[in-house]
Amino acid sequence: MNASRAAWLFLAPALLVLGVFFLLPVLGALLLSFTDYDLYALANLHNLRFVALGNYWALLHRPLFWAALGHTFYFVVVGVPLSMAASLGAALLLHSRLARFKPFFRTALFAPVVTTAVAMAVVWRYLFNTKYGWANHLLGMLGIHPVNWLGDPHWAMPTIILFAVWKNFGYNMIIFLAGLQAVPLELYEAARIDGASTWRQFRHVTLPMLGPTLLMVAILTVSGYFQLFAEPYVMTEGGPLQSTTSVLYLMYEDGFKWWNLGTASAEAFVLFMVMFAVTAAMLRLARRREAA
Amino acid sequence: MNPRLARALVNGLLLGAAAVALFPLLWMLAVSFMPAGTSNALPPPLWPSHPTLDNYRRLFGQAGMGSYLANSLLIAGTITLLSLVFNLLAGYAFAKLRFAGRERLFRVLLGLLVVPAQVAMLPLFLMFKYTGLVDSYVGVVLPGMASVLGIFLVRQYARGLPDELLEAARIDGASELYIFMRIVLPLLRPVVATLAILTFLTAWNDFMWPLIELTDQGHYTLPLGLASMAREHTEGTEQMMAGSVLTVLPVLALFLAMQRQYLDGLLLGSVKG
Repeated sequence: MNASRAAWLFLAPALLVLGVFFLLPVLGALLLSFTDYDLYALANLHNLRFVALGNYWALLHRPLFWAALGHTFYFVVVGVPLSMAASLGAALLLHSRLARFKPFFRTALFAPVVTTAVAMAVVWRYLFNTKYGWANHLLGMLGIHPVNWLGDPHWAMPTIILFAVWKNFGYNMIIFLAGLQAVPLELYEAARIDGASTWRQFRHVTLPMLGPTLLMVAILTVSGYFQLFAEPYVMTEGGPLQSTTSVLYLMYEDGFKWWNLGTASAEAFVLFMVMFAVTAAMLRLARRREAA
Repeated sequence: MNPRLARALVNGLLLGAAAVALFPLLWMLAVSFMPAGTSNALPPPLWPSHPTLDNYRRLFGQAGMGSYLANSLLIAGTITLLSLVFNLLAGYAFAKLRFAGRERLFRVLLGLLVVPAQVAMLPLFLMFKYTGLVDSYVGVVLPGMASVLGIFLVRQYARGLPDELLEAARIDGASELYIFMRIVLPLLRPVVATLAILTFLTAWNDFMWPLIELTDQGHYTLPLGLASMAREHTEGTEQMMAGSVLTVLPVLALFLAMQRQYLDGLLLGSVKG
């Protein structure tokens, strides 16, 4: 058997799976987004019509879609920096020479990452219960009035963000920790001899050396946070007053509750394009900074 | 800063962070053992004064969580097994076998990483609808049988294998499949373990695709069963916590047992290059 034939035989199963169950459907989604595929077409394909950019045009005129896009951006813009700050903070603490019981702390801080999002969303819903939840009980001990965390449109998204930060910060913490361990100790040594304070060492040694790691973590986190779905599905059902309806939540409802698969596909594609544009902009910004 | 104070500060902050990270998990565990209706009290109780297994009994007896558990195990297990075979073969081929267009094909695969999986879900649902695979275990498993990240992980690791070893076997007349099974696979053991844990955890925790694909409650996985209980608002806090424990405990235990491999894999997968 010649080597190249063997290679293709080895590749075939995986490529077939990715081609048929990923690449093909993605192309299908693009086509679908140009049609008015709905419940009637689902029953009889003759009802299917080509509407060109009609779905996209309709989305632009639909306040709920803009709201969903806005909520998704809110989640990303507030959630990602908070999440990264928590990750970096935890990594710095764990990396410190002064820290004790490192393996225990590392495991404890990482534990939320491996838990099932749905199950922990259920738990958080109770922790943030207005009447019997621990969050309000603790605030009460400080003399602060109870907050209607998941029932108040102004508080629902911040609560989901808190949950997401809790659930995810351990993941990036591990990556930051590896990045910190790769910083040569001599650099700190030199900085100390120059009399640099801890803060200045962080600012002028740690942060620049972590640059590429920070960029990678930022991109991974941003694309992960754009895909907000399970949290609002379980914790708020998109409410109250649709304040936690994300783009994917809207896509799910349009697609599988109202069976407007054409509209839902257009929403999926808009999300994809937004994610692509944001990622590209981040990469570009980072490159320009490097050049400067 | 005074070194003693600095030490106290670092460790105090770590202790506080660990408490925040673990509190929801420990509270969930504690409430799952409380008799029905006793957790809704002021101040919220931290500890079951009369611990009971009733919630778990009802979970398996009435709520059908036993079958959700079996479904979750079946689905996550099958995905892990099949994707392991497919990703190992492909990752090794990309790393060590020569064929025209190898680098370009690999770059195309990596390009797929930027496409969010949800984009494919609507057409996938239609595909399965017309082939009668909606609401079947097969339909949940099929798209999970290979992953770009898995192939990437295997390729990164397999590139480190010595070429001389493979060449020697080829000169001896061994077939490529024999070389893969007898020489390569044993050397890939660490990445096999890593990939197996990563895949199992991801498949177990997966929510959106099973939610779309599985329509009949009898086919639900644990996250689906739990989510539908949560949205119906019919179960009490204690029962919901027992359901959460059941959903989280298997993956948490797996992680604790295989921590090293899991964290190594996470780093291997996050370093693009």
